[in-house]
Amino acid sequence: MNKKIKFNAKNLDLYYGDFQALKSINLEICEKEVTAFIGPSGCGKSTFLRCLNRMNDLIDSVKIEGEIIFEGQDINGDIDVINLRTRVGMVFQKPNPFPMSIYENIAYGPKCQGVKDKTQLDTLVKESLVKAALWEEVKDRLNKSALGLSGGQQQRLCIARAIAMQPEVILMDEPTSALDPIATAKIEDLMSKLKKDYTIIIVTHSMQQAGRISDKTAFFLMGEVVEFNETPVIFTNPADKRTEDYITGRFG
Amino acid sequence: MEAIKRKKLKEKIVENIFLICACVAVISLLAITFFVFYNGLKPFVSNSYSLWSFLTGVEWRPGSNLYGILYMFVGSIFATLGAILIGVPVAILTAVFIAELAGSKVGKLIRFAVELLAGIPSVLYGVFGLGIIVPYVLKISPMAQGESLLATILVLAIMILPTVISISETSLSTVPMEYREGSYALGASKIQTIFRVVIPAARSGIMTGVILGIGRAIGETMAVMLVCGNPIAGIPTSIFSQIRPLTTNIALEMGYAAGVHQELLYSTGVVLFIFIMIINFTVNKLVKAKVGS
Ligand SMILES: Nc1ncnc2c1ncn2[C@@H]1O[C@H](COP(=O)(O)OP(=O)(O)OP(=O)(O)O)[C@@H](O)[C@H]1O
Ligand SMILES: [Mg+2]
Repeated sequence: MNKKIKFNAKNLDLYYGDFQALKSINLEICEKEVTAFIGPSGCGKSTFLRCLNRMNDLIDSVKIEGEIIFEGQDINGDIDVINLRTRVGMVFQKPNPFPMSIYENIAYGPKCQGVKDKTQLDTLVKESLVKAALWEEVKDRLNKSALGLSGGQQQRLCIARAIAMQPEVILMDEPTSALDPIATAKIEDLMSKLKKDYTIIIVTHSMQQAGRISDKTAFFLMGEVVEFNETPVIFTNPADKRTEDYITGRFG
Repeated sequence: MEAIKRKKLKEKIVENIFLICACVAVISLLAITFFVFYNGLKPFVSNSYSLWSFLTGVEWRPGSNLYGILYMFVGSIFATLGAILIGVPVAILTAVFIAELAGSKVGKLIRFAVELLAGIPSVLYGVFGLGIIVPYVLKISPMAQGESLLATILVLAIMILPTVISISETSLSTVPMEYREGSYALGASKIQTIFRVVIPAARSGIMTGVILGIGRAIGETMAVMLVCGNPIAGIPTSIFSQIRPLTTNIALEMGYAAGVHQELLYSTGVVLFIFIMIINFTVNKLVKAKVGS
């Protein structure tokens, strides 16, 4: 079973001013799988994730070298960034619903792309909420402020908001770090369902989480990818001593 | 024992100094309010002038014992409304430019200019209006007069800019970066992000700026006096009409007025006072209602 490669990073270097945060990253991310990034704090997981939808454009000091091929095109080149971001959605560490109604939060992305038809938006909102396992909880309060939801609900709303764009890839940066175990379980459950249709890349600090939900795992250390392999291999038979130290918790 | 007692006494004294200072503001407010209302309500209580004629009259001729302020009231409202209509959009877009679009150098430069604008004494705004705006209005006016509602609106629109810009800018820059990131990550453009997420999120702060702007426009006296014309009668019928706002009416005549005339100038102050209170109150309510939803 040979899966299609969705993202292919080649010799990717990233600098914040003079500080090199990513060092020659080479990584192939397959379609319709869950890929997890693990590694100690500050090793560049978020930085790399944000390369994949060009979110680092927002930071002035960032300079990038090397290529990331997405569907045959180098996204660091002269591409339509907006089009890229509609195809590669993102869920952030801290739930960040907009201060608007639940409905408007989900309709926001499609509206920005020019979707105006009310019935079309209605269906999209409902479908996205159903997929994100939030519909039952909010269907009677769609016009209430999204800020009134609990943290876990807010995060599922953010996932629904990303789904509403019908992206090909969803990037998640520690999506459950602010949530309790029950909400976390719901979101993990959701991810394994979503992977049928989407390519999912998740940053996590929880080894258990990476083990439970991901197909492949990349271990980052000080701006480099130390090891990248099938998740069971990483966790039971890592090739690199540093990987083993990290996952067994022996890491300094 | 003695030492502890002395320490406690010291604390008490210091505390009371704070309290006394805080009281200055409150007492001033009460004193001004009482003074203006006491004098301003006198003529109606003692029946030396009819409240109805005062509020609905459209002529102010102290010589003929005619004191109507309706036309002034209308003038004040039109001037403020016009200034808000022109000044607020310009101010908000400027704030957006400084906070979201301009590079740090250009942004700083504009912010500096705005601060200077805020520091210019209002009489100089008036002189500027008289020297530049009034002659220009004269050229295009069908009524052959430069001092007018239009000139007043333009001067006031400029005067409210610094207030509205700096408060809006502050509230725009306190909008969390997460909102912007969320919006960009959903494929929104910069302009979409600004107008659909950032400005709505800063709405209550911007409205505060607008309220203060309204307050400034209604209360402005010196600058307005030089460019509004100060007619003794007539509801303004076009933007080229002259107006006599409530504020300038008081300032123009308080110096020499006596008796009922003087008391009715205080009454004008009462109307101004109530008017500003009502506006603050309603706008506040509107903002709260909108944000709450
Ligand atoms: N905006 C920025 N400007 C300068 N340096 C930055 C910036 N963002 C991140 N860095 C630096 O880049 C390195 C990688 O940061 P990154 O956020 O990618 O780490 P991370 O692996 O996601 O860590 P964590 O697990 O704590 O989220 C860190 O050393 C960090 O200090
Ligand atoms: Mg991170």
